[in-house]
Amino acid sequence: MTDGVTEEDRVRLAPGVMLRQDRVRGHWQLLGPERVLILDEVALEVVRAVTAQPQTDQPPVTVGMAIGALAAQFDAPRDEIAADVLELLGDMIAKGFLTR
Amino acid sequence: MTFCGATIGLEPPLALLAELTHRCPLRCAYCSNPLALDPASRELDTAAWCRVLDEAADLGIIQVHFSGGEPTARKDLEALIAHATAAGLYANLITSAVLLDRARLERLRNAGLQHVQIGFQDTQPAKAELISGFPGGQAKKLEVARAVTDVGMALTVNAIVQRHNIDRVDDFIDMALELKAGRIEIANVQYYGWALKNRAALMPTREQLVHMDERVRARLPELKGQLVVDYVVPDYYAKRPKACMGGWGRKFLNVTPSGSVLPCHAAETIPGMTFDRVTERPLADIWANSAAFQRYRGTDWMPQPCRSCDQKEIDWGGCRCQALALTGNADNTDPVCDLSEHHGLLAEIAAEDGGTAEAPITYRSFSL
Ligand code: SF4
Ligand code: SF4
Repeated sequence: MTDGVTEEDRVRLAPGVMLRQDRVRGHWQLLGPERVLILDEVALEVVRAVTAQPQTDQPPVTVGMAIGALAAQFDAPRDEIAADVLELLGDMIAKGFLTR
Repeated sequence: MTFCGATIGLEPPLALLAELTHRCPLRCAYCSNPLALDPASRELDTAAWCRVLDEAADLGIIQVHFSGGEPTARKDLEALIAHATAAGLYANLITSAVLLDRARLERLRNAGLQHVQIGFQDTQPAKAELISGFPGGQAKKLEVARAVTDVGMALTVNAIVQRHNIDRVDDFIDMALELKAGRIEIANVQYYGWALKNRAALMPTREQLVHMDERVRARLPELKGQLVVDYVVPDYYAKRPKACMGGWGRKFLNVTPSGSVLPCHAAETIPGMTFDRVTERPLADIWANSAAFQRYRGTDWMPQPCRSCDQKEIDWGGCRCQALALTGNADNTDPVCDLSEHHGLLAEIAAEDGGTAEAPITYRSFSL
C-alpha cells in the first residue's frame, strides 16, 4: 500500500524502466514491462528532476530538492507546483514506473 | 518510406512478438503454438533476425518480446538482445525459465535485457508439473525468478489460470510478492492451438471464475504501488469481446520461427490466409500491404451486427481466431459478443467443458 509521496522521499526508475525518446514519433516516454507512458513536457522535466544524478559522493536528490529545482527552472512559485508534482509522482509509482 | 494510398491513417506498430523457435522442453497442455510446429531446420538464422529487428525499430516498434516455444533454446539470444537494444528497442523475454541459470541471466542483462516474464503453471509443484509435463520445473522456475530480480531486471509472474489452479489465485499473488516481481499477469487460458484440444480438461466453471474475480479485486488496493496486476476477464463468460491485439493489424506483429509475419499468433489457424515472409519482403511493406494484415484491418470487412455498432472502433469486432474456432468462420463477429447470433454457443461450451468431470489432457508434442 502506498501512502502519499512526501518531499523527503527519494524516487528512482523502477527496475526495467527506461526513459527514451521515440525516434519515429518524437515524444519522450517511459518504457517498462509491457507498458509505455508518454510524457508531456512537464512530466518529462519532473522525471528528469527527480532522477537527476547529483555529484558523486552525494546521496540521490529528494523529491523536495527536485521541486525546488523545478520551481527555479520554470520560474514558478514553489507551493504552486509542489502539489502537482507529488500527485504526478504518486501516479507514476502506482503504475509501476517509479519506485521509492 | 511511403506506400501509396493504402497507408493513409495507418499508425506504426508498437510491439513485435519474435517467436525465435518452437523448440521447448515443456509440453504445456494449454500451449497456444500451432499444432504443426516449425522444425529447428527452418528457423531464421541470427543475421535474418538482426535485420528483422532493425526493420522493426525503423518502422516504429518500441518493444520486442522474445518468445517461442522457449526462446532460451537459441544460443544466439544474447546477440539478438544486444542487437535489439542497440537498435533502440525495449527487450522483454517470455520464458518458461527451465533452461536458464544466473550466469546466463547476467549475460542477457549485460546484452540489454530489461524484463523477464516467467510462466507458472501452478503454485504447487506436483500440480504445475501435471500441466507442463516437466518434472522438477517448479523449483527451477522459482530459483531463476529470484535470480532475475537479484541481477537487477524486472520480473513478471505469468499465472496461467485454468480449472486446476484457478482456486489458488491468492497463492499466485503471494508468490509474486515473495519473488519481488513488479508485475503479475493473471492470464486465463485462451483456447487456441493445443489449448483448444484440451478445452474440456482446462475450462473452469462459472463459480470458479466468479470466485477468482472477487479475490483479485479484493487484493488490488493493497497491491497498489507494489505489484502491477494485469488481469483479463476470461472470454467464455464475458458479454463483450476484447480488442484482440488492440485490433487486427493496428499495434502488433508476430514473426514466426521460420519468418512468416502474422497479425496475431493464432492467425495461421484461419483458412485461406497467405502470410508474407521477412526473407522475401521488407517488414514495413508487409505491415502496410500484406494481404493477411489487410484482411481484417479497420472496419470495412465487418459483418452485422458489428458494421452498424458504435463499439466497432473500440473492440474491432473481437478475435478472428475465436470466431473461427467457435462459429467455423473467421469473418463472423466474435461470439463472445452477446449481440452475435452465435453467442449462445459460449454458454453451451462453458456448461459442457466447464463441468467438473475429469477430462484427459493431451500434452503438446514435438519431435525434432
Ligand atoms: S506454453 Fe508451455 S509448451 Fe508452449 S511454448 Fe510455452 S512453455 Fe512451451
Ligand atoms: S457487435 Fe461487433 S463491434 Fe459491436 S460490441 Fe459486438 S463485437 Fe463489438
